[in-house]
Amino acid sequence: MKPKELITTPLIDKNPVILQVLGICPALGITNSVMTAVIMTIATTGVLVFSSVSISLIRKYIPTSVRIIIQVTIIATGVIVVDQVLQAFLPGVARTLSVFIGLIVTNCIVLGRAEAFAVKNKPWPSMLDGIGHGMGYGLVLVAVGTVREILGSGTWFNIPVLPLASEGGWYSPNQMALLAPSAFFIVGALIWVVRSNKPEQVEKPDFEEVKVVAVETAA
Amino acid sequence: MSSLFDVFIRAVLIENLALAYFMGMCTYLAVSKQVKTTLGLGAAVIVVQSISVPLNNLIYNHLLRDGALAWLGLGHLDFSFLGLISYIGVVAAMVQILEMVLQKFLPALYNALGIFLPLLTVNCAILGASLFMVQRDYTLAESAAYGFGVGLGWAAAIVGLAGLREKVRYSDPPDGLRGLGITFVLAGIMSLAFLGISGIEL
Repeated sequence: MKPKELITTPLIDKNPVILQVLGICPALGITNSVMTAVIMTIATTGVLVFSSVSISLIRKYIPTSVRIIIQVTIIATGVIVVDQVLQAFLPGVARTLSVFIGLIVTNCIVLGRAEAFAVKNKPWPSMLDGIGHGMGYGLVLVAVGTVREILGSGTWFNIPVLPLASEGGWYSPNQMALLAPSAFFIVGALIWVVRSNKPEQVEKPDFEEVKVVAVETAA
Repeated sequence: MSSLFDVFIRAVLIENLALAYFMGMCTYLAVSKQVKTTLGLGAAVIVVQSISVPLNNLIYNHLLRDGALAWLGLGHLDFSFLGLISYIGVVAAMVQILEMVLQKFLPALYNALGIFLPLLTVNCAILGASLFMVQRDYTLAESAAYGFGVGLGWAAAIVGLAGLREKVRYSDPPDGLRGLGITFVLAGIMSLAFLGISGIEL
């Protein structure tokens, strides 16, 4: 693949969340505001690029039977670094995100890309692949976060968009949008929108309708 | 004894990791096409949870927590910051062993699970269970009950979703929703239903 394609295909055509089913938990857990979605995207992309490049560099020396432990250790190291950096320079953000930064270790998009791409490719393509998947991931997080924050709190990036009924406006926030089940429905709707515009992504039906001749079985 | 049963019921139903905490969603949505595969995956999760949670409990209580090294005369040391990397190490080792065992003795299941077997390592349900165990300060017996309970609860949730998906196969959704899209909607409805159980006190 050409370098440019490595970055652009994961954005829509092979989006990690809506096509590859990777990294769903944070997509559901932290997207009730756009700000956390953006910070989460940056942190995840950082870890993803770091781990893809490191794993790609040592890919020829990792024995297959212990590769998962090695990969996870590298990822955990990256996460601890990101966590410490956030705590040092953005303590407020680190406090609101602390649990979710730790959970990047278990974000399957990171290990998924390491398993599927970095162990077979050179460092430079691996880095581009990491950046592309980080951005494709961010697109979905920000889209879901936008819908949930506007419907659930009437704000976008903490800027009031819909005047709230409690402050003399007309919009009474939908609490449902702040609960995690709403994220399922929004991601489902997003998949519907994307696939309606990209018919090649539509999954094939498991079966075709056939004419069935009714058979009477002896009772 | 009753408290162990409480921990177990709470882990299976009220605090179901898949449907109440949304953990392990990637595997939950991607490998739930057939009840048969999910039964195998569910069994794998139960095994990994039942071993890794009590093991991490021992590691936390006897090696990592503040003053845990008193038996070495090093009572002033606090290694709890190493928790995350220790738990994930234990989980990764468990999954690797399970992978080798399945490859040797159950190759059909091994091939059906594909990339989602190594991804069990980063199934946040498994790491999450260990973190909850530490957060709630369970004893060894309680953590064994909890590990088995969360494993069983997660397995039940994915088998349930697979059962629904086998029925929905014969429905006729809009093209764009077929497959993954309608599965997200199904999972959303299941988790809405589980919100109803969340208030029960034992």
